[in-house]
Amino acid sequence: MAPGSSTINRKRVVALKKYLLKGNEAIAEAAIKAGCRLFFGYPITPSTEIIEYMAKHLPAVDGSFVQAESEVSAINMCYGAAGAGVRVMTASSSPGMSLMQEGLSYIAANELPVVLVNIVRAGPGLGGLGPSQADYFQATKGGGHGDYRLIVLAPNSVQELVDLTRDAFDLADMHRNPVLLIADGILGQMMEPVVFKELEAPSLPDKTWATTGAEGRPRNIITSYALQNEIGEANCLRWEAKYKNIAATEQRWEQYMIDDADYVVVAYGTTARIAKAAVQQARQEGIKVGLLRPVTLWPFPVKAFAALGGKVKGYLTVELSAGQMIEDVRLAINCAVPVHLCNRQGGMVPSPEEVLARFKEVFPNSVEGGV
Amino acid sequence: MKEVFTRSKALTEAPFHYCPGCTHGIIHRLVAEKIEEMDLLGKAIGVTPVGCAGFCQQYFNIDMQGAAHGRAPAVATGIKRALPDKFVFTYQGDGDLASIGIAEIMHAAARGENITAIFVNNAIYGMTGGQMAPTTLPGQKTSTSPFGREASLAGFPLDMPRIMAQIEGAAYVASVSVDSPKNVIQAKRAIGQAFECQLAGRGFSFVSILSTCPTNWGLSPVKSLEWLREKMMQQFALGILKDVSAK
Repeated sequence: MAPGSSTINRKRVVALKKYLLKGNEAIAEAAIKAGCRLFFGYPITPSTEIIEYMAKHLPAVDGSFVQAESEVSAINMCYGAAGAGVRVMTASSSPGMSLMQEGLSYIAANELPVVLVNIVRAGPGLGGLGPSQADYFQATKGGGHGDYRLIVLAPNSVQELVDLTRDAFDLADMHRNPVLLIADGILGQMMEPVVFKELEAPSLPDKTWATTGAEGRPRNIITSYALQNEIGEANCLRWEAKYKNIAATEQRWEQYMIDDADYVVVAYGTTARIAKAAVQQARQEGIKVGLLRPVTLWPFPVKAFAALGGKVKGYLTVELSAGQMIEDVRLAINCAVPVHLCNRQGGMVPSPEEVLARFKEVFPNSVEGGV
Repeated sequence: MKEVFTRSKALTEAPFHYCPGCTHGIIHRLVAEKIEEMDLLGKAIGVTPVGCAGFCQQYFNIDMQGAAHGRAPAVATGIKRALPDKFVFTYQGDGDLASIGIAEIMHAAARGENITAIFVNNAIYGMTGGQMAPTTLPGQKTSTSPFGREASLAGFPLDMPRIMAQIEGAAYVASVSVDSPKNVIQAKRAIGQAFECQLAGRGFSFVSILSTCPTNWGLSPVKSLEWLREKMMQQFALGILKDVSAK
């Protein structure tokens, strides 16, 4: 069990047989198994297998699939369906996610449980199809207008795509909040063996707020219109309290060889796999370095950094961007020790050797005999 | 004592905020009366626009969702796909539906989405204070066409019901008005036929209703009705443009 905490506590019942699945298809199958019955999307590489899988497999479970006229429409279809109380998902890649930001703001304001997938590609603009983590700011700091947060989950394997897709639906229902699963073309396109664990469903609140027709109950209204400033502020305070609660209870991370570490590499998703190999190489050279892998990007696992206390002499983030998560690392440690960046961009990925070389460059004292 | 008129059960007690002479109130009442008469109070889910009618969740006494500007048909699609047995309609103005939301309305129709759109056309942006709409008439003065809508600069009005009638997935399309008692009665009949279309599962239904905006037109309520008859009806001809059940 990874450190951190979650309000979704599961008791394993039984493990089933292994399947060899492509990441994107694994997400889609996990969503259907999680009770997702509606999918609205628009084709975009490298996420398209998700909508293709949904188009093919949702009818068999009496679900409904719509290929929307745009991502703008797709996200608003999700809004309507989630407001009607049904589990719903959409998936896209970076330029499409930009188009969804308007709808996401409304979904967050109305506290609707929608699950989104961003198979990030290199941007800005139309960019390229290669792996990228350049949407970190958009995912974790807002993206649409107004003050809101998404719960952001960052898997680093096909198995974790499956596990976190399932958790995403439960977290969305638990907190009445949109949840974003963020990955890239490497994770979306790679094939790995997975199991679909049969787990106890967590206890979730009833959707008494859903618009299902007011038969036999007072009518329900879903709207974010609040022209009266006093009401606007009361709404904001309610959301702020919810986000604080999520930040306190839903931080997740994985740590590797960290107990005696003088230095810590921080990476999520694809780069965490590369960084892990770099840490293994460094350890063989006698360098005391560990890996901290955020699994939730929001809430950022600040508890993991707090637990390391003052032992760590420096951090290196490995990112497929010009350096975005590095800001959260610096905040998490109050800039107490140096935090450096190892990065590639535009669809390029560093090798473990590149990461290790960068590590030695910025932390020369970490190497025996170094200066 | 004989009761000759009462508020529909599908309307709340909240007083309308609409300006004097605005016909939103009449249209709200017609929609509400049909919801009640067709026994839809417990199964109707309405979707509001952005614009003057963006507050109509206060008035319709049913479950409601508020959409972003122009997105009501997409939101309604999501609701209807989630709950196919429920009755789902949008209520949208001309800026919402014919400008920023034109993709959403046309593709909802193209899919034959089994929902109803009530389209209120007053040829102007009312809520933001009288700017040019996609339905603003040639020569019509607004705050963003201060010298009158000039075709070489700002193009021509869109006749939405005629556009919608071309779409195969649209099963029922009507263009009506609420400028006179006779037309109010015809408008109510059209709303009922559109609702019937959805209940029978025939596909997308669309009712365009010509409406007034005395405040932003700068005319009295009476003059506004005259302007609607003399100018708008020439540009947006009335009639049942399509009804797949009437063959």
